Amino acid sequence: MNTTLLLVQALNGLQFGILLFLVAAGLTLVFGVMDFINLAHGVQYMLGAYLGATLAALTGSFWWGLLLTLPATLAFGLLLEFLVFRHLYERDHLSQVLATFGVILFLNQGVKAVFGTAPMQMPVPELLSGGVRIMDGLLYPTYRIAILVAGLATAGLLWFLVERTRVGMLVRAGATNAPMVSALGVDIRRLFMLVFGFGAMLAGFAGAMAAPILSVEPGMGDNLLILAFVVIVIGGIGSVRGAFIAALLVGLVETIGRSMMPDLMRLFLDPSAARQAGAAMASMLIYVVMAAILAFRPAGLFPVRR
Amino acid sequence: MAFQIPAFRRRTLLATSTGLLAAPAVLQAQGAPIKVGLVAVQTGPQAALGTQLRDGWMLGMRQLNNQLGGRPVETIVIDDELRPDVAVTKVRAALERDRVDFIVGVVFSNILQAIIRPVTEAGTFLISTNAGPSTFAGRGCNPYFFTTSYNNDQVHSVMGQAAQDAGYRRVFLMTPNYQAGRDAMAGFKSRFQGTVVDEVYVPLTQLDFSAELARIASLRPDAIFTFMPGGLGVNLVRQYRQAGLANIPFLSTFTVDEATLPAQGEAALGFYSAASWAPNMDNPVNRRFVSEFEAAFNYVPATYAAQSYDAANLLNSAVRRVGGNLSDKNALRAAIAAADFQSVRGPFRFGVNQYPVQDFWLLQVARRADGKFQTETVRRVLEANVDPWAGECRMPGRI
Repeated sequence: MNTTLLLVQALNGLQFGILLFLVAAGLTLVFGVMDFINLAHGVQYMLGAYLGATLAALTGSFWWGLLLTLPATLAFGLLLEFLVFRHLYERDHLSQVLATFGVILFLNQGVKAVFGTAPMQMPVPELLSGGVRIMDGLLYPTYRIAILVAGLATAGLLWFLVERTRVGMLVRAGATNAPMVSALGVDIRRLFMLVFGFGAMLAGFAGAMAAPILSVEPGMGDNLLILAFVVIVIGGIGSVRGAFIAALLVGLVETIGRSMMPDLMRLFLDPSAARQAGAAMASMLIYVVMAAILAFRPAGLFPVRR
Repeated sequence: MAFQIPAFRRRTLLATSTGLLAAPAVLQAQGAPIKVGLVAVQTGPQAALGTQLRDGWMLGMRQLNNQLGGRPVETIVIDDELRPDVAVTKVRAALERDRVDFIVGVVFSNILQAIIRPVTEAGTFLISTNAGPSTFAGRGCNPYFFTTSYNNDQVHSVMGQAAQDAGYRRVFLMTPNYQAGRDAMAGFKSRFQGTVVDEVYVPLTQLDFSAELARIASLRPDAIFTFMPGGLGVNLVRQYRQAGLANIPFLSTFTVDEATLPAQGEAALGFYSAASWAPNMDNPVNRRFVSEFEAAFNYVPATYAAQSYDAANLLNSAVRRVGGNLSDKNALRAAIAAADFQSVRGPFRFGVNQYPVQDFWLLQVARRADGKFQTETVRRVLEANVDPWAGECRMPGRI
């Protein structure tokens, strides 16, 4: 494998990592700040993709679709919070897992009833439809560069909100000691509701951004949810910075592992066995990395101090 | 799938009064309805295929006034949820409680593997309208089992032959890392004589193909061959087009079809597929099927629908031939094997292993005048093709 190809693969890895970060950011906020396990985060991502695709088709514009998805997913997140999640904050993790799993079943079935079972598509906007030639015969789609930029901007915005604003301060304080913040006269319930709605909106944004390159179909969030949990566990639960670093790490390990493992295995095995063993090893790789990191840092790379 | 979601248990189209179902066989006279269990996945990411399969059968029944050979029919839709254990439980219930006369349908081979023994050991005919694994085509052939689709290996080998005919020398192969994927690669290579520049196996949960696309660009093959069913194929096709690789011919099986084309759209234009049927086939039976299907369900039918529609007409011809009497299994089996019906594919007959002997076509994705996308026939690649396993089948003459 030559250097150009390796660089291209590294870029691909970073880009996949950014996409993972967009999903994991909302998850780590809700999990870390509210100590709430929200398995339904993946379906909120799916909902963002569906709403984005539908609204883009209705308005005839990708940009309106994306823009309208944000308030729509925010509203839906708040509705879910009001109907289901707020009754679970005091309960243990098992109840939360069961209830949010129920939400997954309900919404996966729901989108099927509303949108049908066939996958949908969201067109790439005209402005971003081209590509940049990065190596012979291969275009790097402009839209993927847009995802990179959107991910970095989201990371910056989140950092600013959590570290530099009054609401962010309250959120961090609430995470450390909710009863104390409440005693100081802050409506902690409303704060949590805001965090939750914001997390849902982030997931929806990620879904709408991913819709032009990935298939929009029922259950599309389920695979990504597992990776998102890997990311937040490696990064340290509740840490946005950790989620960012871990998402890039997972994206890189996943992509480079997939492209190099079969070649690596060929040093030891005959080609056909190497291909299959390599493929199997590559899909295990991120979990091996996660296990290794947790062995040395059980609370993740950037644990949140309590 | 790593993250299987158990779906709601539900039975659609339940029989009206369950009390009657346990009635003794005496009551099941000629006037009693024929019960058909239609196994079609209705939940999970692959539900679109099950919907196609169900709608194809339903259209056939509608055109037949909901009768098979003059006897009224009751169709019980069984959602296998793409979980073999669930499929077995529900199919057993259909056999023992509902006493179905036929089991029809089944999209996926692993579901078929799970239900074939319970169904055939109960002396019930099983008509697969999609899954056609090699397991039951050769030594494992079964007098109670028919399929109106094909043997999976045939479809992949059609693409191998097409690549060979086109004079491609260097081909890149890519597939998900599971049994059907490995079978696809073997099927392709059974007829392709050129060089395989690389063979890539991706996880079934793959979302982003950019690593593989970079590899394809660096190897510059004459063509790629892939088997990427469902959402995997949607992702691959769109990303392949976006990466500017579409100048490398895209040969595929079960990757671009009418079930995925609405989501792939223009990205799939000009990509190749292989099948024994396409919506544009020009014969009166097919024209009527496609136009009435689209009028009824408002989407373009895929092979899943066409093969189920054929199964409805096949069973109609068989029940008529035996005069509505389903109790003589040997006569019924001979009547099904006669395949005395007009298939949407044109010529159709069953081989010794009760798999079809039929033509296979190279297909290409095209845009129709109304803006919708469909696969269209390019040329016939294999004629009256018998699957490679039929020779190993020792089919008993009588049941």
